[in-house]
Amino acid sequence: MTETLGSTSADTATTTTTTTEAHDDEPFLVVEDLTVKFPTHDGLVHAVSDLTYSVKLGDTLGIVGESGSGKSVSSMAVLGLHDMRSTRMTGSIRVNGDEIIGTKNDDMRKIRGNEVAMIFQDPLSSMHPFFRIGDQLIEAYRIHNRGASKKQARARALDMLDKVGIPQPSRRIDDYPHQFSGGMRQRAMIAMALINDPRLLIADEPTTALDVTVQAQILDLIQELQREFGSAVIMITHDLGVIAEIADETLVMYAGRCVEKGPTKEVLTHPVMPYTWGLLGSIADVTSDTSKPLIPIPGTPPSLLQPPSGCAFHPRCTFTDRVEGDRCTTELPDLVPGPQGASHLKRCHLEDPESIYEVELKEVVFG
Amino acid sequence: MTQEVVSNGTPLMEVTDLVKHFPVKSSGVIRRVVGQVQAVDGISFQLEKGQALGLVGESGCGKTTAGRVLCRLYEPTSGSMKFEGDEIGHLSNKEMLPYRREIQMIFQDPYSSLNPRHTVGTIVGTPMHVHNTVPKNTVLQRVQELLETVGLNPEHYNRYPNEFSGGQRQRIGIARALALQPKLIIADEPVSALDVSIQAQVINLMQDLQREFDIAFLFIAHDLAIVRHFCPKIAVMYLGKIVEMGDRDQIYLTPHHPYTQALLSAAPDVRHAAIGGRRERIRLEGDVPSPINPPSGCRFRTRCWKAQDICAAEEPPLLQVGGRQVACHFAEPLQVIVAPPTGDGPTVGKPAAVEARGATSTAQANGGGPLG
Repeated sequence: MTETLGSTSADTATTTTTTTEAHDDEPFLVVEDLTVKFPTHDGLVHAVSDLTYSVKLGDTLGIVGESGSGKSVSSMAVLGLHDMRSTRMTGSIRVNGDEIIGTKNDDMRKIRGNEVAMIFQDPLSSMHPFFRIGDQLIEAYRIHNRGASKKQARARALDMLDKVGIPQPSRRIDDYPHQFSGGMRQRAMIAMALINDPRLLIADEPTTALDVTVQAQILDLIQELQREFGSAVIMITHDLGVIAEIADETLVMYAGRCVEKGPTKEVLTHPVMPYTWGLLGSIADVTSDTSKPLIPIPGTPPSLLQPPSGCAFHPRCTFTDRVEGDRCTTELPDLVPGPQGASHLKRCHLEDPESIYEVELKEVVFG
Repeated sequence: MTQEVVSNGTPLMEVTDLVKHFPVKSSGVIRRVVGQVQAVDGISFQLEKGQALGLVGESGCGKTTAGRVLCRLYEPTSGSMKFEGDEIGHLSNKEMLPYRREIQMIFQDPYSSLNPRHTVGTIVGTPMHVHNTVPKNTVLQRVQELLETVGLNPEHYNRYPNEFSGGQRQRIGIARALALQPKLIIADEPVSALDVSIQAQVINLMQDLQREFDIAFLFIAHDLAIVRHFCPKIAVMYLGKIVEMGDRDQIYLTPHHPYTQALLSAAPDVRHAAIGGRRERIRLEGDVPSPINPPSGCRFRTRCWKAQDICAAEEPPLLQVGGRQVACHFAEPLQVIVAPPTGDGPTVGKPAAVEARGATSTAQANGGGPLG
């Protein structure tokens, strides 16, 4: 039994190395000009427009945005989870060099759960309530490892549950999801996602339903496992606190588009786009000055059925008067390098956002 | 007991040893009571007029149940709750009616807390009809005033909740709570279902209303930063009990209870993390124990790195230590949150020493859970 176990892991190891060698000039995940539209009774929903990003192995990309900003839709596209009969998708998504868009479902299954895995927000609704935790893990393993016996798969499942910190895994493996607490369910789901050693892990609001102490544990766990397996991680969240802790690079989404992208530290300390300013101004921290009121973004997020003309943020932006003419309302700004160079992109017409932020906002937002 | 005379008058709400247990019944025909979920187990606090008290804790700690008992949506199992000196714990629905006008609630989920078949005008106007606070023919006018107060278009009184966004619905919920000009509003996670940019709008609105109408707030939330921002006084709950209560700076800068310390060490801090700061986390082992069968003595002892034999034998009373009330046999200050260097807040203690202590406590917490 040990022999077969050894050989399967060796097999996967060899395939891994060959595929990496073939595409080592390209990041593991490349998304180019991704546009996703859903036809509905009310019209066409422009969920994601012209989204471009890439993630290297070992790196963590944080995608931050409000509900309806397209952050989940874009990551579901990476897993090929959209029903192509009712979705209009253009652009290119390459996982390890292989194009995802247009791939048949059967072929997609080989990538899904094996190369790319996902952790969802609500572990109760994303696990099957009728099946034992262990059986669900075993199924996930055996689908991608046809040769593995039930015994081997169970050993592997136990190993994973232990790795994610479930106490007494041999006793808990035969529990049903409802017998686990929220934090333990999330751990079990991470175990399920990582059981096939995926090289890209997409975590969609993995800690939103959890308490802060559990959230801290889960974030630590994801980082530990990432270090161990060297995988790439996409962290999707609305919580800048999570982004600040875990992401190397941050992409801010608004109304389906990337509006700012750069190294996390840069984006959080020298943001160059009014929406990011607004996000930073609207959150309280455990150390912020309580005598100052929060600075909310006025208005509400736009409808993606009819996104606003020009810059989608212009109806809520308080800086449109700093831009010549009516460019904000008529002309969609390009995603261009900001004042700090090509690594930090912005989608905004403002000429000198850095000085506006440093002079007028930094005190208020960061004080 | 630390019963001190705080102000010159009676407090708006005085809660003493409030208990709410839910019976657990066996299955079968006879449905015997086989246990009690000790959701709230003896909490005491006072709320002054116009004051905001924050109630923080993790899910299952009993903060929501406490809020619902205070609203008299539940009848307390025992203990006393006095509103302006009147005992309201066991009043009948009819006797409770005049007090309901004074105590209103804002709920967490703006989607399920508004009747989808009623117009906004009906939702906000119903309390006024029920309590007859304004003449029938002026209800509409008053509804429109309220909608304007909470930042909605007064012309929209005829619309249904589904025509509004989450933030706008929460404003409708606030308008409904304000309709009877209450003295106390219990806000149960009022912003946690909203988008970040909208949360700030609603928080600012509630702060403005609090100042304008001098309303007291019991603000229940799990978000430590929001609670700190909104409430000058804060109580931390764990498994049905208040473990630490005091002023904002006392709780956040020099927490004395190990649970408060662990909670704060896990709180995300964007501004701190953005400049590369990383807090030493105190990792808690295991999960919150079941409130049906809580641990003996101190309820936090099963996850506490300071736990000794006395913690299992004797329940620590809520005592006055260092200006705040804390329930721990080994209460001592540990600064977890270091004020950022640019901040103007008072900086207490030396960060280096604190980090070293945080590290040892982490090691101890990981080292072994003898009581686990």
